[in-house]
Order: sequence, then C-alpha cells, then structure tokens
Amino acid sequence: MTTVSTPVLPRARRRVPESLRSPLTAVGVVVAAVWLLVVVLGPLLQPDDPLAQSPDRLAPISAAHWFGTDSLGRDVLSRVIAGARISIPLSLLLVALSASVGSLLGAVAGLLGGVVDEVVMRVADLVLAFPTIILAMVIAAALGPSLTNAVIAMLVVTWPQYARVTRSLVLGARDREFVVAGRLLGIGWFTSLRRDVVPNVVGPVFALTTLDFGNAILLLSGLSFLGLGTVPPTPEWGLMVSDGVQNFTAWWVAAFPGLAICSIVLAFNFIGDALRDALDPRMQKAVGSRAL
Amino acid sequence: MPPSGEPLTAEAVGAPAAPTAPDRARHPLLRYLAVRLGISVLLVWGVTLVTFVLTNLVPADPVAAVLGDAAAADPEVVAQFREELGLDRSLPAQYLLYLQRLVHLDLGTSAQTRRPVLDDLRDAVPATVELALFVLVISVVVGVGIGILAALRHRRFADDVVRVVSLVGISAPTFWLALIVFYVGFFRLGWFPGSGRLDTQLVPPPQVTGFMTVDSLLAGQTATFVNALGHLLLPGLVLTLYTVGLLARFSRSAVLDVLNQEYVTAARAKGLPSRVVTFRYVLRGALLPILTVVGLSFGSLLSGAVLTETVFVWHGLGQYAYQAATRLDLQAVMGVGLVVGITYIAINFVVDLLYAVIDPRVRRQ
Repeated sequence: MTTVSTPVLPRARRRVPESLRSPLTAVGVVVAAVWLLVVVLGPLLQPDDPLAQSPDRLAPISAAHWFGTDSLGRDVLSRVIAGARISIPLSLLLVALSASVGSLLGAVAGLLGGVVDEVVMRVADLVLAFPTIILAMVIAAALGPSLTNAVIAMLVVTWPQYARVTRSLVLGARDREFVVAGRLLGIGWFTSLRRDVVPNVVGPVFALTTLDFGNAILLLSGLSFLGLGTVPPTPEWGLMVSDGVQNFTAWWVAAFPGLAICSIVLAFNFIGDALRDALDPRMQKAVGSRAL
Repeated sequence: MPPSGEPLTAEAVGAPAAPTAPDRARHPLLRYLAVRLGISVLLVWGVTLVTFVLTNLVPADPVAAVLGDAAAADPEVVAQFREELGLDRSLPAQYLLYLQRLVHLDLGTSAQTRRPVLDDLRDAVPATVELALFVLVISVVVGVGIGILAALRHRRFADDVVRVVSLVGISAPTFWLALIVFYVGFFRLGWFPGSGRLDTQLVPPPQVTGFMTVDSLLAGQTATFVNALGHLLLPGLVLTLYTVGLLARFSRSAVLDVLNQEYVTAARAKGLPSRVVTFRYVLRGALLPILTVVGLSFGSLLSGAVLTETVFVWHGLGQYAYQAATRLDLQAVMGVGLVVGITYIAINFVVDLLYAVIDPRVRRQ
C-alpha cells in the first residue's frame, strides 16, 4: 500500500489525477459535503429537540416523525442530525491527534534511529499485537466509561499505524539520491528535511488520515454501542443503534443512525481511496499502463 | 553466543556438533525462525505487561467492583481481599506474582461468574473460533478471488463493482449490520434461526472439541448439526461481508503492485502466454502480502466478533468480554486480552513461517 514515493517536485505542473475524477470520488465528496453542512447548520435542521421525550414511543415513520421515534419517544431524525455534531468533529479530532502523535513519533524514530527507534517501534508492535477494538475496549473499561476515556483509548490504539508509515517514509526519503545530493551540496539538515523529506511524507500520511477517519467513526460508535463511549442520553449514533437492539422490531430506531454511519464512512473511504491512488505514484503507473 | 535454534541446526542437517560462525550463515532459515520466535516471545511478555498495567494502574477500584460497595466499606474485609490478590505488595512484586499465576494458568476469578477465568474462557473460545473459522474459509475463497479478479480487470466494470462492494463491506458498522441481518433474516423472513448457537429446546452434544457442529457430528446427532449450522449462518454472513471487503481490497492492491513489477513486463515481453504470466508470475508474487492480510483478518474477525456476538447472544469471547468490560470485571477482561493478544501473535508467527516457506529470499537474508 503506501510506501516510499518518488520525489515530489515543488512547483511542478500538476493536473487533477485521473483517480480523483472518478464518479465514486464525486459521490464521496458530495456525501461528505452534505454531512459537513449538517454539522455546521445542525440545530437549524432539527425538526425537534433531540433530547425531548414524548409519550409517542417507538412510533413508526410518519409525516410528523420522518425517521420515527425511539424507545423514549424522541425524534430519530433530530437525533441523527444532532449525532453528526458529535461523531464527526470528535472523529476528526481523534484522527488529527493520532496522526500528529504517530507521525511525530515515527519521524523521530526514523531520524534518530538507535534506542529511540527500537523503543518506539517495539511499543507500536505491542499495540498492534492486539486487535483494535479489543484493546480499545480493555483500556476504556479500565479507565471507566466516558467520552474522554474512549478518545484516550482510541488514541492509544490508533497512533502506531501512523508511526510505522511515517518512519518507513522518512527512512526511504532520507537515503534517496536527490536528498543525499542536496545535503552534499551543502544545504543544512533542517532545510533538507523541510524541502526534500517532509513533502514525500505528507502526501501518503494525509491519504491515510482520510481512510482512517472512517475507522475512527466506526471505532467510536462501536465503543458507544458497547456502552464504553458516550453515555445516554447523548444522541450518539452507536448508542442509538444499541437502543435499537432492545427494540429490534422497531427497525427505524437503529436503521437510520446506522445508515448515517455507513454513508459518511463510505464517503470518506471513496475519497481516501482516490487520494491514495493519486498521491502514490506507483498506483498512477498502474493506472497508466493498463494491465493485461 | 549462538542463537537458541543453533543445536537444532546441527542436528537437523547432521552437521558436526559445535557449529562455527560460517555454519550459522549456511542455515539462515533456522536463524530467521529463531529471530521470529524470539520476537514473538518478547511480544507475549509485552502483552502480559500491558494486561498487568491495565489491571493495576486503573482508577476504577477493583475492590469495590468485586466485593460490592457494602463489603468495600468494611476495612477488615478489604484488607483480607487485598492480601488475597497481593494488592498490598509493591508493583514489581505484584507483577512477578501475576506472572507466576499466569505460568500456572491461573487467570484469576471472574467477578461476575465467580468462576476461574480460565474455565470461562475454555467455554467461550471454541464458540468464537468456530464462528471465525467458518467465516474465514468462506471469506478467503470469495474475498481473495474477487480481489484478484478486480486487479486483473483493472479499471474495467468488474473492478469498479468489486471496489464498491468491498468498500461497502468495510464501511458498514458490524454491530448495525448484525442487527439488520437479524431483523430481516430472522424476524421478518424467518428463514434463519435467531440468536444463540442452538435452538433452546435442543440438548447440546457432549463437549469434545467445543465446536457445536463438529461435536454434534461426533455424537451422531444430525438434526443438532443442521441446527447448529443454521445458527452459524446469520452471524457468519455479517462477519463475512466485512472480511470479504477487507480481503478483496488488499488482494486487489497486492496483485496490482505485482502487475507493475518489471519482471512481469519482462515475462510478457518474452511472449509468455498470459495464463502463464498470471499464475506463475503475478499470483505467485502477490501470495505473500495476501497471506499477511489473511492472518490479520483473523484478528479483525475476533474484533468483529465482539460486536456481532453481542447482537446474536453468541456465548463466545466477544460477548464474555463485553459483559466483563461493562461490569468492570477486570480479571475477565484481561483474560480475554491475553488470549486474543497471544492468539494474534501466534498467527503472525505462523504467517512468518509460511513466508519463509514460500519466499526463498527470506531464507537467504
């Protein structure tokens, strides 16, 4: 997947790569844009108070409640919209944190080498020795169920992949001819790092964050579903689906928040896939030479 | 200082005892295995450290969780309990005690079931493994198959279909998919049995392997076997969708990577028939990364199982872990962590072994 890339030429003529112009990418961008709009407009779009209970429990889809009501008579549509303002910003924050921490550690490990490298990478190996949600669950349970603890648990389990990718990119870039040539020409190590190494690392890491955003949403809602993330009555999507488990005959209670998760994750995966293809020159070559 | 695999080297090839340095270089395979084994053992040790730290450095008070608030108010009871668990000693001493217990397969007592965690796990693990293996076999065939197909038909219709299907597979939240499948397959259509591993009126077969399907066959109970197989279908479908998506994506990109290699171009330039190029050059080259992902997907199956088992009331590791985690039953949670972590490491070790078997370069390194 993402590996060492060929040099990124600054100020080179760049056109929009073919992979970014596919219909799938367009669908992804549109869906993501709609969700971002929902996050921004939020309360303006809610037909009802997402926390207001009513005696009208588990009411099916109707003109009054487009998505029906849940076990406490709350309007599901309003809660799905309110949920966007929880899941999306929180997942963005998580990805930003984990990409920063992971990339920094990976870059330091790659550049310094030696003991630092060993320690960082072995800890990363250790974290990766557990399946993600199991470790996140164990940590969240140990810290006690709360949103903050869920985010901490998720951060602990997600940074290693960034560390690994960044480290291998830095190592690959550091020894390339044009980087070595630059240093031999006498530019300082910091300039070399900034101009030659960093541009080769940023692209693939950015593509990874896009793909990882979907995972963050899934992980957050998964933990909430298990009762280890957000706590009721927060209108969080995973929590709303778990309400639907108890009342599975009222399919709308779980179906709509689940669809919300599905659509935004899918959108970001479409975009992330295209970005990865576009930013990884090897994939471009694959696209250029039609195989077999 | 010869690596631990050294005496074995000499024996295996009938070489004279007391191997010398050049001799070691001649058996890079065993050296490779020794290094891999060493890393795995270190990782297992690391896993015990993680579970220990998490059980002991957590804010949640295990005393209150296990004894209940009433008993926790009595200082005498608390002191006795802390002594029993060794909670009154220093941390390193506690860790040694913990390791000592682990070596004797003592994983502590579950606060919720009041049974040894090991016994609980013994009941839960086969249920999850049965489901995971069932899914893995189907997913490897389907997922790797369509992934390869997509890569060979790169940028054509089949490729787009596979891409979309696999992305949908990995984008749908497992717990939601489980609920939908349960609702449609069991509640609405009634085509499939609902939750659990067997219908409640059926008596489970005597436990031999712990796999419901295998045990019922061993006991000669065909009806039970059919029922158990039916119960596997719905949770299996949920996990299969995800795993197929995962495997298809990775297989596709692995094959695409190989298609780009110069030796493939060279093979084609030589005029070899495309069948030969595909099977002997491309697929052989893509086998290693695909193998890695198959190993990894077993881990993701265990993860997915946590969420799926909760919906289907499947009494496996996932449901056990979930109940333990929500009730702060830390001994049980860490037991699950240990089992899953060690299983994962073991699988990766096996994958490493297969690497060496398949790729001669690994042996020569």
